[in-house]
Amino acid sequence: MALPKYTEPHYRIWHYIYLTICGAVFFFLIAPLFVIFPLSFNAEEFLSFSDGMKRLDPDAFSLRWYKDMIYGTKNPWGLAAKNSFIIAIFATIGSVILGTVAALGLSSRHMPYKGLIMAVLISPMIVPLIISGVAIFFFMAKAGLAATHTGIVLAHIILGTPFVVITVTATLSGFDHSVTRAAASLGSDPVNTFMKITLPLILPGVISGGLFAFVTSFDEVVVVLFLAGLENTTIPIQMWTGLREQLSPTILAVATCLIILSTLILVTAELLRRRSERLRGINR
Amino acid sequence: MSSETKQILTTDGIPLEVSLKKAERKNKIKAFLLVAPLLLFLIITYVFPIGDMLFRSVDDKMVTQMLPKTFKAMETWDGQELPDEEVFAAFHEDFIKLVEDKREGKLSTQLNYTKNGFKSIIKKLRRKSKSFEEGNYKEQIMSVHKRWANVEYWRAIKRRAPEFTSQKYLKGMDMYVNEEGKIVSVEEDRRIHRVLWLRTLEIAFFVTVFCFLMAYPIAHLLATLPMKYSNLLMICVLLPFWTSLLVRTASWMILLQQQGIVNDFFVGIGLVADDNRPEMMYNKTGSYVAMTQILLPFMVLPLYSVMKTISPSLMRAGKSLGGTPFVAFWKVYFPLTIPGIGAGCLLVFILAIGYYITPALVGGASGTLISNQIAFHMKSTLDWSFASAMGLMLLSGVLVIYWLYNKLVGIDNIKLG
Repeated sequence: MALPKYTEPHYRIWHYIYLTICGAVFFFLIAPLFVIFPLSFNAEEFLSFSDGMKRLDPDAFSLRWYKDMIYGTKNPWGLAAKNSFIIAIFATIGSVILGTVAALGLSSRHMPYKGLIMAVLISPMIVPLIISGVAIFFFMAKAGLAATHTGIVLAHIILGTPFVVITVTATLSGFDHSVTRAAASLGSDPVNTFMKITLPLILPGVISGGLFAFVTSFDEVVVVLFLAGLENTTIPIQMWTGLREQLSPTILAVATCLIILSTLILVTAELLRRRSERLRGINR
Repeated sequence: MSSETKQILTTDGIPLEVSLKKAERKNKIKAFLLVAPLLLFLIITYVFPIGDMLFRSVDDKMVTQMLPKTFKAMETWDGQELPDEEVFAAFHEDFIKLVEDKREGKLSTQLNYTKNGFKSIIKKLRRKSKSFEEGNYKEQIMSVHKRWANVEYWRAIKRRAPEFTSQKYLKGMDMYVNEEGKIVSVEEDRRIHRVLWLRTLEIAFFVTVFCFLMAYPIAHLLATLPMKYSNLLMICVLLPFWTSLLVRTASWMILLQQQGIVNDFFVGIGLVADDNRPEMMYNKTGSYVAMTQILLPFMVLPLYSVMKTISPSLMRAGKSLGGTPFVAFWKVYFPLTIPGIGAGCLLVFILAIGYYITPALVGGASGTLISNQIAFHMKSTLDWSFASAMGLMLLSGVLVIYWLYNKLVGIDNIKLG
């Protein structure tokens, strides 16, 4: 952002102060993530940079904690990762189906009590997680679903649907309904129209909502802490226990893997958002 | 002219108005049916359970059901002097039944909530009641312990007669109903919950302020930079947003620990002595720093999406009309960003007020919030009705803000990513 030549000196100074502040805030946002990365390769059992690491001595770095994460005998990460992925995948499928269908109804201009219903559908996102956790725990305990995968998947569907509803209604707001009418006038039934016309057009929104639902489930710890038994342990639960008891470098290895995963998701989400904006004809 | 000739008919001979209404209703039902599965699912698994919490928080049937005959007999008792033989006999009958079911311990715990001192006298009563003779229970019970002859303990029992109670809510505000039936506060040094509520509000408020102060300049920068740079910088906002909460908390634990990088840096620049490293974690500072960084993206994104829509020519116009850049900013740009500020602040405040994980990990004893107390009662003391009551008190606060958010921003305007 170059300043025009005629800018007066004291505004120039202000401008640089402003840029410095912005730089500091960006640093504050992003730097903590990059601390984890080098420390996870620490050859020693400390959570700070050893002298060897500061000298960039190759011996000070090792894959020890990654090996421990994968092959460690007492380490529950394998089971936790398996559970996390299974739960997140099913929760995503459930959230996407329920959320997309509901968003279709909500975007119809005939929908009665739109505001009220929207408020109910979004509420799991707004209500503090601890309260959702207590309420869902009471329900699952009564339904006999506490400490089961099914119970956790259902809980994560509850927490994930608001994101799908929001992203899909946002996509549908720019949707040209004359194309579905055109399909209907050409003899297509509603289901066929949805599959062939509507879905491909709103797909970016659906997928990005699905990504939100996936991340929500994959990262969710408060509700799971109430619901999970030993068998249903997930990565967040293991991290939570690890962070509470003893911060070990193995956790940093896991955290590094999670950061890589979130980077992949971020890139996918960004690409989808841009594609969706292109499809909806929003030029920027 | 009759009204019939005015009416427009469809080809089937039905008035157009009726036909349209019918079609409209069909569409309404169709739209509603699409929403119905999710709505029903949420109502059953989510809305009702929250209602269940409400029920649990005021439910006090336990004692009512344990002493049915006593409370029946007490109905006519005015509570001034010791109840008469009838009440004592009924109490004895209920008590024997409880001892048979081995539930007298639960009774003593429950009554002890109302008035201290019940535990020991109920234990004593159980032992002595085995050798009770029939008749004249008043004398016999009163001889077990002098507290049984104290009218205040009988008043305490009577206070547990109703099936519903507001006791848990009062406890959540450090209040209780005293012997005279008045609502009073507990002693000053035992007001733990008020401290927690105030701290929760304080931390949520300051985290919101910090987030706002940090987010405003960078949202402005992101909105005014050319696309190719702003997209790159946007990653700095979005990557933390997508990264696991636990990972981000873990990184703060590493940074803030006593031998951590931040402390090393402070020692390195000579700000603090090496042997006098400040505690930056397991206290309020930890909660503030970590929560601000974690919630910052939720402030940046709404601000950014509002600033993006403000045309740069407005600022130029302001300056060309004689305003200094500061005046132009304050009079033109800033007012236009207020919707974004409202959205961001409310969102961050709502999220901060219910935070649990981060304060539990980096907050220590002085940095924990009301959510941590709820979790503690759910898991450790197993006082679920108290946890429910506190949860609903928190929820009512959040719902007020949610309503405000809906009024100011509109729920449909929540933007993600």
